[in-house]
Amino acid sequence: MHATETFPPPLLALAGFSKSFAGFKALDRVDFSLRAGEIHALLGENGAGKSTLIKAMTGVVQRDAGSLRLDGVEIAPRSAEEAVRAGIATVYQEVNLAPNLSVAQNLFLGRQPTRFGLVREGEMRRRARALLSEFGLAIDVSAPLESYSVAVQHIVAIARAVDQSARVLILDEPTASLDAHEVEVLFAVMRQLSARGIGIVFVTHFLDQVYAICDRITVLRNGRLAGSAPVDELPRLDLVRLMLGRELSEATSRRPPASEGEAPADVARFRGVGKAGTIAPFDLTLRAGHVVGLAGLLGSGRTETVRLVFGADRADCGAVEVAGRAVSIGSPREAMALGFGYCPEERKTEGIVAELTVRENIALALQARRGALSPLSRREQDALAAKFIGLLDIRPPDPERPVGLLSGGNQQKVLLARWLATAPRLLILDEPTRGIDVGAHAEIIGLIRDLCREGMALLVVSSELEELVTYADEVVVLRDRAHVARLSGAEIEVSTILATIADAPASLAAA
Amino acid sequence: MAVRLPRIGTAQIVALGLILVANWIVSPQFFDIRVQDGRLFGSLIDVFNRGAPVALLSIGMVLVIAMRGIDLSVGAVMAICGAIAASLADSHSLPVVLAAALGAGLLCGLWNGLLVAVLGIQPIVATLILMVAGRGIAQLITEGRIVTFTSPDLAFLGGGSVLGLPTPVVLTLGMMALTLLLVRGTALGLMIEATGGNPRASALAGIGTRLITVAVYVWSGLCAALAGIVASADILGADANNAGLWLELDAILAVVIGGTSLFGGRFSILLAVVGAFIIQAMNTGILLSGFPPETNLVVKAVVVLTVLLAQSPRLGGHLAGLGVLFSRSKSGGKRR
Repeated sequence: MHATETFPPPLLALAGFSKSFAGFKALDRVDFSLRAGEIHALLGENGAGKSTLIKAMTGVVQRDAGSLRLDGVEIAPRSAEEAVRAGIATVYQEVNLAPNLSVAQNLFLGRQPTRFGLVREGEMRRRARALLSEFGLAIDVSAPLESYSVAVQHIVAIARAVDQSARVLILDEPTASLDAHEVEVLFAVMRQLSARGIGIVFVTHFLDQVYAICDRITVLRNGRLAGSAPVDELPRLDLVRLMLGRELSEATSRRPPASEGEAPADVARFRGVGKAGTIAPFDLTLRAGHVVGLAGLLGSGRTETVRLVFGADRADCGAVEVAGRAVSIGSPREAMALGFGYCPEERKTEGIVAELTVRENIALALQARRGALSPLSRREQDALAAKFIGLLDIRPPDPERPVGLLSGGNQQKVLLARWLATAPRLLILDEPTRGIDVGAHAEIIGLIRDLCREGMALLVVSSELEELVTYADEVVVLRDRAHVARLSGAEIEVSTILATIADAPASLAAA
Repeated sequence: MAVRLPRIGTAQIVALGLILVANWIVSPQFFDIRVQDGRLFGSLIDVFNRGAPVALLSIGMVLVIAMRGIDLSVGAVMAICGAIAASLADSHSLPVVLAAALGAGLLCGLWNGLLVAVLGIQPIVATLILMVAGRGIAQLITEGRIVTFTSPDLAFLGGGSVLGLPTPVVLTLGMMALTLLLVRGTALGLMIEATGGNPRASALAGIGTRLITVAVYVWSGLCAALAGIVASADILGADANNAGLWLELDAILAVVIGGTSLFGGRFSILLAVVGAFIIQAMNTGILLSGFPPETNLVVKAVVVLTVLLAQSPRLGGHLAGLGVLFSRSKSGGKRR
């Protein structure tokens, strides 16, 4: 954990970085250092603060506190442009270039070689070819960037950054949409840059890639530094533990197993349901009064699974049976007609309608199911709102308040209320306790247990493994967009889940 | 916020009142109303009569804008439907004429709706197609001439009166009442506001966002058709080149003045119609004042600027203190 901190001086050193957004601490006194020629993995789950840290060090957002030194010299870039000039370049997952311009134009945009004010196209193409050949890329530089694969586009973006005298290169999830071969090409480029003494910050969700290429790992969790170590001192299991953390101190009593003897009715059975490129075909059985938990790292296919279950994405294979009948689920509307409900992970973009009131947000799904022509009367809506505000203790208890003004936990309760109002047979909760305060955590977990007792089937995605083990009857572990294990009964332990998540696939274990 | 208005809409109604009073100052006979042949006459009545077409357009436009869309084609649709009505007026009975013209408006709206909802074209581009092509279609219908008619039945829709009120005003009020019934009497209004506010969340909550999108463009087409019929009936003819020219911009302006954000979400049909009458009151006032009519465009520009500044999240707070049209300044900052 404490390697050579002082000698040689780090290329880039961040100390005490803090950033708050509207009272929420996105970064809390984070330290980070990068040496020349180092490939440094920056890891963490959603909301851990990775993007904020990158934005704060490149001047895209202004930090509240902290110092930034490049080569021992204090710098304070106020925009991405200033950061590039100082020597810190970022290549985002969505390549930030002009897809309709040629490769050469993209490489030299804003700094084209000119003569008498005119762009020297020939000179620019020649230089572009020379630059890309350093990266082993021999392509037609006059073709538009968009005519090339994402991998090539990334390399072009990297070449542009490096050519602008970058000393520090930040790669934000560059491999998310690359296939295995393209990843190898990108890694070759990264190794070459590292040999030249450029420091690389590598953000990814793929642990295999971290162990394949990185020298050092820094993990953020909830805006804080969770740990930092050379890669060979941090085995997979420890890494996963660092990423998912173990903070919940409150007693985690297992819920009593569902009463033996009577087999609970199957609510829905999914057989071989999957979608190419999104999630490998899986089997899933959901029973009344049972909670199935989905565990895995970000990007492992948890959200993808529940979106197929709810019809938000269309499966391209497999069969679904609901209450013994074969059905097809092609849209959320069809899923709702079958008695499904879904609280998505992205509460703000996919859940609440911020400017509508609490009452209207609660009524929305029920109203959608009834159709526009049989409106809930104002009195029915008021009754619905009053019932759920009381039941879920939504605060402030004002049904006419725009839901965007509520806290995260209360917005989550409003979403739960929206679905509970439809009295679903199956409720899907994607990260129901993310981004909400501890008190609301406990309430929502209590609610999940109550719902389960009342015979609702639940499918819950959660990164909070300590919470998951307290209410799940079965835990499906996902890795690399596939369901890899199914745990039940005594197997449901945080340590077992962590070990299963961290298991390296046999084929890669040697590497 | 410095000033808290008691409820939404006060600002618009105050603004309309102020403009009417200003008109009265430049033209003391402004509020004089005469009764002649059982019909009310006077400058005030004129404001409502002249403002009817834009008010009709704004009824459809407000729903489209609430869904985060925009309909640039309504002026051209007016021209098409006006041309159809004028061409058929002397050879067919009124119901046939109306059915043909309204049917054409419905088809135009359906075309826009399908481009937006099914093909996923950006609304501004999708409706630009018909905005440009529509005027050509209208010219084809009138064969490049200004078509005139003499049918008293159709003329009644432009120049007649019902219970003393000019028919265009009655038609506008009727259309507004019908739209309010359809939108607020059902759950459609909630669904439109939810979809405009957050389309992805609304689709996941099971709302048929695609169907509603088509429906609002169809309704906008119908409103434009009615506006086109009124405009043709008023001048006893159809001028494919000039009927409804630039009125789509007035309609959008009316909606914005009425406090509906171009980002979609919350909307008010009533205030959009008030917005249309505010615009017409300005037009009439400038005519009465004896200023050259060109000043009208400058005044309009100032009003647009004021409204947009008031909606801007950064300036809204400052301008609110001035008591200008700002009822939406708060929601202007909702999405940043």
